[in-house]
Amino acid sequence: MSPRFGELTVGDVVAEATLDLSRDSLVRYAGASGDFNPIHYRDDVAASVGLPGVLAHGMLTMGAAVQPVVEWAGGAAHVVDYQVRFTRPVVVDPATGARLEVSAKVGALDAEKATARIDLTVRYDEATVLGKAQVVVSLESDAS
Amino acid sequence: MSVNPDLAGRSYPATSPYLVGREKVREFARAVLSADPTSHDVEAARAAGFDDVVAPPTFAVVVQEHALAQLLADDDAGIDFSRVVHGDQRFSFTRPIVAGDELTATLTVVSVKTLAGNSMVTADTVVTDPSGAHVVTATSTLVVRGEA
Repeated sequence: MSPRFGELTVGDVVAEATLDLSRDSLVRYAGASGDFNPIHYRDDVAASVGLPGVLAHGMLTMGAAVQPVVEWAGGAAHVVDYQVRFTRPVVVDPATGARLEVSAKVGALDAEKATARIDLTVRYDEATVLGKAQVVVSLESDAS
Repeated sequence: MSVNPDLAGRSYPATSPYLVGREKVREFARAVLSADPTSHDVEAARAAGFDDVVAPPTFAVVVQEHALAQLLADDDAGIDFSRVVHGDQRFSFTRPIVAGDELTATLTVVSVKTLAGNSMVTADTVVTDPSGAHVVTATSTLVVRGEA
């Protein structure tokens, strides 16, 4: 059952999730996306360019962080616009991985278009990793 | 190598068509931890009004990548890939990407800005179907770190 536009109020938290990324997740994403930059799977290469460790692909963080909103909205087709700024890297430990905490809150409502802007907060290790992370979703208007 | 300041406005030829495969969509959906039935199950996608599985929103990056590769390979653009950090990303959809779509991507550099010794290159990649209809525009800002 998809949410209806009229049920929403700015400030509502519509989804929260914990996402666990492992080195396996990075290898899987590399294969699925075609992004084989070795900083996402080789510790020696990451160290050689001065990184604190192997990093998650920014696009993996972006792609995974929106999924709680996709599921809440009733499917990927409801997303009409999605933007993020990559502000902080996510270091993925070889043994323990990395845990992301996602919270999705209604940031703005457009009654004419029956769209909601959902603002994402994505935290890793007590700090946010995405800035201006905004998803615009189309919802069923109350008239339908 | 430094970023060509006159890059803004430059367009690259449309990429050759990318055929969106059903299993590729499912593979990508698993990779971004999607539990959305419309991305995995054809019947769920059909029930939602689509011909086949619906790609997760960020799948558009796979198509965009082919266009970005042209920009990065252009010596005259002057972008040293080893110094590139992904700054911002945006997807603006007219409709979702669905398995079976044949998509082409055309990249245009929107702006080149310099800030604190770094160059910020923003490019729009317009993704269209075979009729020329707009599907999604993917906008990336690449931060090219200056050579200190």
